[in-house]
Amino acid sequence: MMSESKLYKLKPPLKDSDLMPLKIGDKVLITGLMYGCRDAAHKNMVEMLDKGQPLPVDLRGQILYYVGPTPAPKGRPIGAAGPTTSGRMDAYAPRMYDYGVKATVGKGTRAEPVVKSMVKNKAVYLVAIGGLGATLASKIKAAKVAAWPELGTEALWEFKVEDFPAIVANDVNGRDIYKENVKYWAEKLK
Amino acid sequence: MRTIPLDTVRGTVCKLYIDACYRLNDDMRKAFKDAAKTEVNPQGREILQMISENAEIAEKEWLPICQDTGLAVVYVELGEEVRFDRPGLKEAINQGVRQACKEGLLRASVAKDPLRRGNTGDNTPAIIHIDMVPGDKMKLTVGAKGTGSENMSRVKILTPSAGMEGVKNFVLEAVTQGGSNPCPPLVVGVGIGGNLETVAEIAKKSLYRPLKDKNKDPYYARLEEDWLKEINKSGVGPQGLGGSTTALAVHIEALPCHIGALPVAVNIDCHAHRHKEAVL
Repeated sequence: MMSESKLYKLKPPLKDSDLMPLKIGDKVLITGLMYGCRDAAHKNMVEMLDKGQPLPVDLRGQILYYVGPTPAPKGRPIGAAGPTTSGRMDAYAPRMYDYGVKATVGKGTRAEPVVKSMVKNKAVYLVAIGGLGATLASKIKAAKVAAWPELGTEALWEFKVEDFPAIVANDVNGRDIYKENVKYWAEKLK
Repeated sequence: MRTIPLDTVRGTVCKLYIDACYRLNDDMRKAFKDAAKTEVNPQGREILQMISENAEIAEKEWLPICQDTGLAVVYVELGEEVRFDRPGLKEAINQGVRQACKEGLLRASVAKDPLRRGNTGDNTPAIIHIDMVPGDKMKLTVGAKGTGSENMSRVKILTPSAGMEGVKNFVLEAVTQGGSNPCPPLVVGVGIGGNLETVAEIAKKSLYRPLKDKNKDPYYARLEEDWLKEINKSGVGPQGLGGSTTALAVHIEALPCHIGALPVAVNIDCHAHRHKEAVL
């Protein structure tokens, strides 16, 4: 974990070659589209995929941001919009990576099947800092509901972001930043 | 007897809930700055700095600190000499939460039904705890409790033979297994004793003490200090990305319990540790 971290700019749609160089601990800045979704939208999307239906938006090559924002105040595109706990989407994530999503952004650890799915699909998991609701809102320049407005905050959102900051937590080689870092620091603090 | 208008209760709950979501308490802001001086992982120091800045941005630009504006947890310490101008205390509290959700642009985060889901649309009902106390005042505390940390909380009835070590291990396990999920650095509320429902209640209530307040019993104050040190040796660190700042405080509350039981509850709160209070 002590290797030097690099900075990459990601502009979706993403190709395998955009993600192959990324290593855990590297920093990324995302510019362009990110699709916001959490529990309820994932349930809908996976049900549609299971039935062989097309999704409301073509998400192949795209980035999913696990978020449920607060309502937009006057004059702003969105309210507070930090990441939610990714683990709740573990049940759906392998299906979404298989479908063609290239990166997910959230907070917290991923289960083993999700990590394996990323290796198989040459995809990554990025973490944004949890609880930075106000700070990360300022990186979202435009927001609209792409599907399921009846789900409120849990709708599928389309965000235009600029230099949205995240850290590579699982790379295409199956490495896990949480496991490696916590082990390293627990040893050091003994 | 003293009469308090329920409109005052509604307005106060509304104000406290919005205030909690937008303006982090000073004790937390100071704790981030202090931790940034002692954190051993440079990345952890950077994260503490970002968290600290987020609180400033939230207040300055008037955005919620975190998009999970929580379930509203409302504590009422009601003086026995207080009466209201009309019936409906709980409804007045829920009206305050509803108003805060609308006027404060808080997130509607309450599912209508646990299995059939849906959304109540206005963040009601609040979780309301009412306690009768002597006097003619009324104290209202509103916590905005996010679920990333609530989901990593747990309760168990141990046997008395498990003793202090058993309780400590249960607490450490909850924190280390929670890892990055509850958004460390954490505030860790621990309930010991009572029974199934009260142990969880005191764990939650302990969260809303001022951050650096210690248990009045020196035995438990010592345990709070020792367990905080142990937690901070886990390596979890800020956001679970490694380091020495996993928690900012451990708060313990204890109650007498059945001779055959040793209940324990761990209620974890994230760094967006939001609560405000007022006395009417």
